[in-house]
Amino acid sequence: MSEVVEAGHGTHDDHHDHGPDKGLARWLFTTNHKDIGTLYLWFSFTMFLIGGVLALVIRAELFQPGLQFVNPEFFNQMTTNHGLIMVFGAIMPAFVGLANWLVPMMVGAPDMALPRMNNLSFWILPFAFAMLISTLFMEAGGPNFGWTFYAPLSTTYAPETVTYFIFGVHLMGASSIMGSINIIATILNMRAPGMTLMKMPLFVWTWLITAYLLLAVMPVLAGAVTMMLFDIHFGTSFFNAAGGGDPVMFQHIFWFFGHPEVYIMILPAFGVVSQIIPTFSRKPLFGYDSMVYATASIAFLSFIVWAHHMFTVGMPLAGQLFFMYATMLIAVPTGVKVFNWVSTMWQGAMTFETPMLFAIAFVILFTIGGFSGLMLAITPADYQYHDTYFVVAHFHYVLVPGALFSIIAAVYYWLPKWCGRMYDESLGKLHFWLSFIGVNVTFFPQHFSGLAGMPRRIPDYALQFADFNMLSSIGAFVFGFSQLLFLYLVIKAIRSGKPATDRVWEGAHGLEWTLPSPAPYHSFTQPPKITDAEAHS
Amino acid sequence: MSAGTNNANAHSNANSKLVKKLIFMVLGMFAFGWALIPLYDLLCEITGLGGDTGGQYTYDPADTRVDRNRLVKVNFITNTNQGMSWDFWSDKGGMRVHPGELNEAVFYVKNTTDKRMVGQAVPSVVPLTATDYFHKTECFCFNSQVLEPGEEMEMPMRFIVDSDLPPNVQSISLSYALFDITELSGGQAQLEAVGHESAGGD
Repeated sequence: MSEVVEAGHGTHDDHHDHGPDKGLARWLFTTNHKDIGTLYLWFSFTMFLIGGVLALVIRAELFQPGLQFVNPEFFNQMTTNHGLIMVFGAIMPAFVGLANWLVPMMVGAPDMALPRMNNLSFWILPFAFAMLISTLFMEAGGPNFGWTFYAPLSTTYAPETVTYFIFGVHLMGASSIMGSINIIATILNMRAPGMTLMKMPLFVWTWLITAYLLLAVMPVLAGAVTMMLFDIHFGTSFFNAAGGGDPVMFQHIFWFFGHPEVYIMILPAFGVVSQIIPTFSRKPLFGYDSMVYATASIAFLSFIVWAHHMFTVGMPLAGQLFFMYATMLIAVPTGVKVFNWVSTMWQGAMTFETPMLFAIAFVILFTIGGFSGLMLAITPADYQYHDTYFVVAHFHYVLVPGALFSIIAAVYYWLPKWCGRMYDESLGKLHFWLSFIGVNVTFFPQHFSGLAGMPRRIPDYALQFADFNMLSSIGAFVFGFSQLLFLYLVIKAIRSGKPATDRVWEGAHGLEWTLPSPAPYHSFTQPPKITDAEAHS
Repeated sequence: MSAGTNNANAHSNANSKLVKKLIFMVLGMFAFGWALIPLYDLLCEITGLGGDTGGQYTYDPADTRVDRNRLVKVNFITNTNQGMSWDFWSDKGGMRVHPGELNEAVFYVKNTTDKRMVGQAVPSVVPLTATDYFHKTECFCFNSQVLEPGEEMEMPMRFIVDSDLPPNVQSISLSYALFDITELSGGQAQLEAVGHESAGGD
């Protein structure tokens, strides 16, 4: 503890007494974690709107059977880019943005550990997505092989623009890797004295584990797209059966990345919900330790279940059984988490402000998505469900009312801390109910059309699916347009919201709430004292 | 570890150590991604995954027991891959064989185009449990075929079904997919190398 005495004499404090630069330079050259967090969040919201427009093109086309608005080739580009933009452009950067804003404040650090790399890891992203999205305006068209870009669709039969896609993915990967290194270094090296690992808020814990997942799998993705690049341009045959390669191997490599990737998108969501539910239940989180261990178990299991995405390509019985049981095992730590959230609410003095509404909806709807995942894990049943709308319903239930709801909840929850002003509570509730109804009307019928055999990734379908699809499309438009209300709400709060108190929420615990609202440009230049009351909320 | 200090130097030391470790991890995982290719081949070889029938089989007829009491149906399936315009067929759709016996089937290819082309057949066997018990002593799939315009070629394939074939397997399907590798193979020199080594790699 002797170093504590020296606190405040650190050499890097010299230029920390002034505020942000003015104008565009502030954002281009910033190394401030709050600025970069803001950039990430606005970037991901922009991507969310773009990906949403693509989704609405899909739903407009599927409103009725037959081809109405777009041709099948363009439809394929829509599904592919919707998936890529939402996964890599909206959900992942939003969580990195939240980590940037919150992790230093939650562990009592003055900034991220590597501020310049932080700037770089954000500013790569606009270039990556400009490259990806620009292909949609090229003559050959954008990527059209699905977000999973299975070879040989993405190699032998890919549009010429696939190289832009490959370099775009390389850049996104580089950005994620740098972001993860930064987050790990911040969490492991920059915690205030007394903030032991097992006192960290759960959001910090889930991000620590997520960052390790990213470091483990993003390089594998980089390898996979590099192999594609070689197959396309340099005459290799990694995935080309004619030259001795194997397209099935692509699927193994992709899903070795892809399955941990889906947990990368949900673990930070678990963290967010674990912060919000205790606040509005006015009780500490139930089973903190078990939450940490459950998160770690889910992360470990995510590496040994990848082949459940490809039961139908053919594999030995022993393999099918292994991947089935391993997948079902994930329900155990996930169940621990769900029960802990419910137990936290149990007999709490609950109130239902907007962030809490989104958090409760997360618990219920994510659990539905989890159960449909369990159904898909049953190998023989998966032969029926594979590549149907049931799969679409499943992963949208875990990603939209799962990951996305948690991000929206986080924005409502911490926005008063970020900008010092409250959002409009009644408009927030309206946004919640529109989103909640919209999301369920969109995705619940897809379970039924999927079970009845409607395949995914098609622009036209048999007549018996017409009613369910019309319902889905109506829900999608309600959900999509209600997100503009969210945009309005956030801008209104920033411009003219009522001033927020420092604590903001009556039941809030954690270091970030000990700071003034809005949080000063430089916080915790002196390490805070960690009291039990401020340890993990 | 200097966790929890606010000393800039201690931080930057700890950070650079940690960052080195993390970058090492990233490089390791990148290498692992590439290592998955040989690992996958190895796994396929061990498990028969992908229907890989292996390379040329050598055996001593004196040591081989022929099971006259058992007949196994072997089906031949010939496919040409998309964009491959050759004709490709076998003289018989299938045959009944005694395990342990050496058999011959004849396959034919014809280059129906007016260009010199190179073809490569890639074999696959189902059920996967039979892949280890299906041996080829001679197969056109060990090499690629170069055909002049209009040329036709007769290609014998000799095989033995192992007498240890699990009793529940009553029929085996051997499927060949014929690929156009004219562009892929480029020069003639490379053609021979493409042969069985890589064809066995699926």
